[in-house]
Amino acid sequence: MSERRVVVTDCPGGPLLVRGADEVVGVDGSTARVERAVVAVCRCGRSDRMPWCDDSHRDRRRKTKP
Amino acid sequence: MRLPAPCGPLSEGVVETLRARPAGPHAVPEPRAMGDVTYPLTDRDFQLALWILYELHYRGFEDVEDPGAEWDPLLMVSRAALERTFEHAVRRLVGEASQDAPALADLGDTPAAQVTAALVRMTARSGPSEVAQFLHRRATREEFRAYLAERAVYHLRESDPQSFVLPRIGGAAKVALAELQYDEYGGGRPDRLHQALFARALASLDLPTDLAPYVERATGATLASVNLMSLFALNRRLRGAAMGHLAAFEATSSLPCERILRGARRLDLPEAVQDYYDEHVEADAVHEQLAIRGICAALVEDEPDLAPDVVLGATACLAVDGLAGEVLLDGWHGRRDARAAG
Repeated sequence: MSERRVVVTDCPGGPLLVRGADEVVGVDGSTARVERAVVAVCRCGRSDRMPWCDDSHRDRRRKTKP
Repeated sequence: MRLPAPCGPLSEGVVETLRARPAGPHAVPEPRAMGDVTYPLTDRDFQLALWILYELHYRGFEDVEDPGAEWDPLLMVSRAALERTFEHAVRRLVGEASQDAPALADLGDTPAAQVTAALVRMTARSGPSEVAQFLHRRATREEFRAYLAERAVYHLRESDPQSFVLPRIGGAAKVALAELQYDEYGGGRPDRLHQALFARALASLDLPTDLAPYVERATGATLASVNLMSLFALNRRLRGAAMGHLAAFEATSSLPCERILRGARRLDLPEAVQDYYDEHVEADAVHEQLAIRGICAALVEDEPDLAPDVVLGATACLAVDGLAGEVLLDGWHGRRDARAAG
């Protein structure tokens, strides 16, 4: 039971929920540390906080910048 | 915290009762005064009376001497009377808000699929709220401070109502709620407790960090939005509505928080203010999935009869919080108009 498992949960139309990971590695080799028990990893590519989901998949309008 | 100053016959009744030395049964608020409430959702006196009664179940008041006040039978009768009127008004508002909503049965084959589709559908339509857009683009530093002060009534108690639901549900839904609450409560780190993050944001703007001054100034609609969570969370029969409310709340939080964060950056507000909203963009994107799929879908799989209540709670969240937002915007626009005219 003490064996650690990384579990990925599919959220249709939304991100992947990841439990038990330490870091997420991008295609450019950059690593993002996992700081919470469950993280949401972006799948739509629209997030401003890659690799994390920022709910941009909900925002149907064009992205606004500060 | 000390008892807030009452603002009408109902809150006066509750405050007087709680100030009385413990000696036998207390008087309940005058039933006559209830008849004078025309629209409980924005009635400050009504909502303050109910808020004070609910607060007895959270942290209580240092100037209430009776340690048994929380479960005083006559205060419970009093609370139940206020709750009946409140719930009736909420259900009416929800009825109006969901006239065009599709029937649950048309949204999927199982209660879990129906509830998931309904929650995604009703929260997908709401972009960043007008309040968030105002804070993003237009608000002055003073208006931003006023927003934090108005929301303090909730954020200084953030996530506490939903904790009352943990023992009332089981299985996968309980596990997912515990997981969500663990994150809200700092994920094992007291310095990341969301309530504490908000208190630090208030302090960084030289605002008090205790709840009392905010309760005394909050609008009736803001108190109603907080009382709604207690109504759902403290009545076991409404546990489905409590979780639907949570799902709608979380699913409509990330995008507004991102806007508010940009507003805070635009105004160069202290790091602690930015930190609070920054944390909530990512956290609430996770919580949304946990709440809709982890909690609500699992809950109705376990208890299919709760499906309509989950939708009720979510609709109520959007409608009542929308009302509080409108009151806030009216206040800002009114003051701006007054300044322009004066």
